[in-house]
Amino acid sequence: MSVSKLLGAACAVTLVAAPAFAQGYPERQVTMVVPFTAGGPTDTVARLVAERMSADLGKQVIVENVGGAGGTLGAGQVAKADPDGYTVLLHHIGMATSDTLYRNLAYDTENAFDYVGLVTDVPMVIVARKDFEPADFPAFVDYVKGHAEDLTLANAGIGAASHLCGMLLMQALDVPLVTVPYKGTGPAMTDLLGGQVDFMCDQTTNTTQQIKGGTIKAYAATTPERLAVFPDLPTTAEGGLPEVQVSIWHGIYTPKGTPAEVNQRLSASLQKALADEGVIKAMADLGTAPVSAEEATPEALKAKLESEIARWKPVIEAAGVYAD
Amino acid sequence: MDLLSNLGMGFSVASSFANLGFCLIGVLLGTLIGVLPGIGATATIAMLLPITFQLEPVSSLIMLAGIYYGAQYGGSTTAILINMPGESSSAVTAIDGYQMARKGRAGTALATAALGSFFAGSVATFLVAIFAPPLTAIALEFGAAEYFSLMVLGLVMSVALAHGTVPKALAMVVLGLLLGIVGTDVYTGTPRFTLGITQFSDGLNFVALAVGVFGIAEILRNLEDEHERQVMTRNINSLFPNRDELRQIIGPVLRGTGVGSILGILPGGGAILASFASYTIEKKLSKHPEEFGHGAIAGVAGPESANNAGAQTSFIPLLTLGIPANPVMALMIGAMIIQGIVPGPSVVTDQPELFWGIIASMWIGNLMLVVLNLPLIGLWVKLLTVPYFVLFPIIMAMCSIGVYSVNSNVYDLFAVAFFGLLGYVLSKLRFEPAPLLLGFVLGPLLEENLRRAMILSRGDPTTFVTRPISAGLLVLALAVLVLVFLPQIRRRREEVFTESEG
Repeated sequence: MSVSKLLGAACAVTLVAAPAFAQGYPERQVTMVVPFTAGGPTDTVARLVAERMSADLGKQVIVENVGGAGGTLGAGQVAKADPDGYTVLLHHIGMATSDTLYRNLAYDTENAFDYVGLVTDVPMVIVARKDFEPADFPAFVDYVKGHAEDLTLANAGIGAASHLCGMLLMQALDVPLVTVPYKGTGPAMTDLLGGQVDFMCDQTTNTTQQIKGGTIKAYAATTPERLAVFPDLPTTAEGGLPEVQVSIWHGIYTPKGTPAEVNQRLSASLQKALADEGVIKAMADLGTAPVSAEEATPEALKAKLESEIARWKPVIEAAGVYAD
Repeated sequence: MDLLSNLGMGFSVASSFANLGFCLIGVLLGTLIGVLPGIGATATIAMLLPITFQLEPVSSLIMLAGIYYGAQYGGSTTAILINMPGESSSAVTAIDGYQMARKGRAGTALATAALGSFFAGSVATFLVAIFAPPLTAIALEFGAAEYFSLMVLGLVMSVALAHGTVPKALAMVVLGLLLGIVGTDVYTGTPRFTLGITQFSDGLNFVALAVGVFGIAEILRNLEDEHERQVMTRNINSLFPNRDELRQIIGPVLRGTGVGSILGILPGGGAILASFASYTIEKKLSKHPEEFGHGAIAGVAGPESANNAGAQTSFIPLLTLGIPANPVMALMIGAMIIQGIVPGPSVVTDQPELFWGIIASMWIGNLMLVVLNLPLIGLWVKLLTVPYFVLFPIIMAMCSIGVYSVNSNVYDLFAVAFFGLLGYVLSKLRFEPAPLLLGFVLGPLLEENLRRAMILSRGDPTTFVTRPISAGLLVLALAVLVLVFLPQIRRRREEVFTESEG
């Protein structure tokens, strides 16, 4: 009898015994897989909630970074993990877009996971180098349309949120722009600060302090409502581009087959973490906010994932960009 | 003057009892993980990050910074003793440092590294304090074209790293460049040379490659010839450099500090070049270039100073722009954010205690490191006398843990095994691993910046010569090329008449 058969048998037993076992959950530490490298914005969000969830669950929630292939490696690892609630995944919008961006995913996005809840919606802002000519967003739209050939649009790599946002913007303005991909938002921001590229769309996590410091210029927020940190900054919809709406939503998933009680327990713990003053303040500093308690639920995350997969599929296919 | 009062404030923050303690813990941990082969600062900081949540922001950053530059000190220890560099910077130290160790001068090599690092760290810290803002402005002038030209310069220099024949060195550089291409193409998202293995879609892991071609290959070689190792451990000389040796290292340390400080400021990967550049300069300036690769003390002093200076000045883009220059800096940003400090251009003015406190702590930390490390050298050197059948499995186990901890990726371990064998074969054929490693590190940067520069210039290649900084770097590259090849050509003419001594 092979080890894998033994393991399989053990898993089967676990599944059968699940209800009883969920009572005492968690009995040991929980691993939260972040499918990106440590120190990035997603990692930061994960570490913020993991710390508060640990306090509530009474057992440590350890963040493990399994970076690579646009987050699909880490997601794939969780998809294959034991559905016992001791391995969870914190992923962002990439969970939905990679379903189209990667044509040979090792897992079936809509059927490989159970859901815990949404965490936060990080808004994005259209920002430009500090000496970019247009004075406001309407002028920006006209300027970009008029000078399309001379302008450069940076992004953080194929499939990154900044890339998706750029695609939407180009489709909305109906102008092709020269796009300049970077390996991550850090180097892209460096070149924007140095005036090497003209503009980009980036999440508030990276842009808020730079905008406040006057080192880059902000034109519009890609959210339905204005941002609390920049009440004077118009939204894309106000500027006549309602279709340019992107936020980097984060959700927590468990492997398919995790007992519902366990998901509920995690969800309750997540809601408590999101109501924590410290988390609210830390997120506010990043220009974002925790989602409401109703959204930090399995149902809300499932609905969000499905609608976002459906929303991005045509956009990505129209652009003909794939990451594999 | 502002600077003095700012520094005074920094020192008062950094020298509080608690912060001194955290600084000490940081540098101790850093030294320890630096000494363990394969485990780098990135993995350690990632693991310790949650602990720092409970601390004051300044204390936690002081500790994390301590780990980072402590690891730079410790990393050279394994490079020298067992030919096992943990980061690109110590790969250069391994070339001559390990040869010194084989000749029984491990103590001298370690002391030289420690003293050079201390000097460079202290000077670079003051540079950070005085010139941070203006230097940042210069760093931002570096666009894709400038980085491309800088990388060209680096590649040209890499040929000088080799002490064998130039064609063999070139072959290794090219192999390194090819290995560097493995992974996803930044511009199209297409995977290249990944053999269909998703785990390699972000490229090969540097630590896996370095540990393989340097360390594992060396272990295999040692297993072949146990006798040689006994020679290495039997005659260990005095630990400290004598007066003559001290005189020999002053120049390299000064030049290394200068080169490292400048390159460390560039957020796009300049620090990677620091130790390589310093090595090339020393070899070119030396009256005995033939000693390089066979245990030249200048080949340890220069690069070690350069990499430590670069480690300090790479804090400049982090502190003044909020931009990470390397993965460790990215982690520091994560730590700051969790503490409620969002890094950005305003940190210097909004959080002066933090900014100046960290700077002051760097100097204190460097002092602690040299005080800690000098007495420890004797202990490290004794490690060499551990029987190989004990040492070998420990090294292998530590390497595997270290490499795995970077990304929790089993394929990185397969890569270590593969490159270990490759390194062994290459050493049998008298190819050297250092140019390969440099090619591997520079290749992706070279390609990325070449293509980005071409996109930005709309396909006009003159962008490399019309931008003044870029043009200057290319001229410098040309000059180095001439310097490298002239003696080669001259020597070859001589060799026609005299039989080569091999």
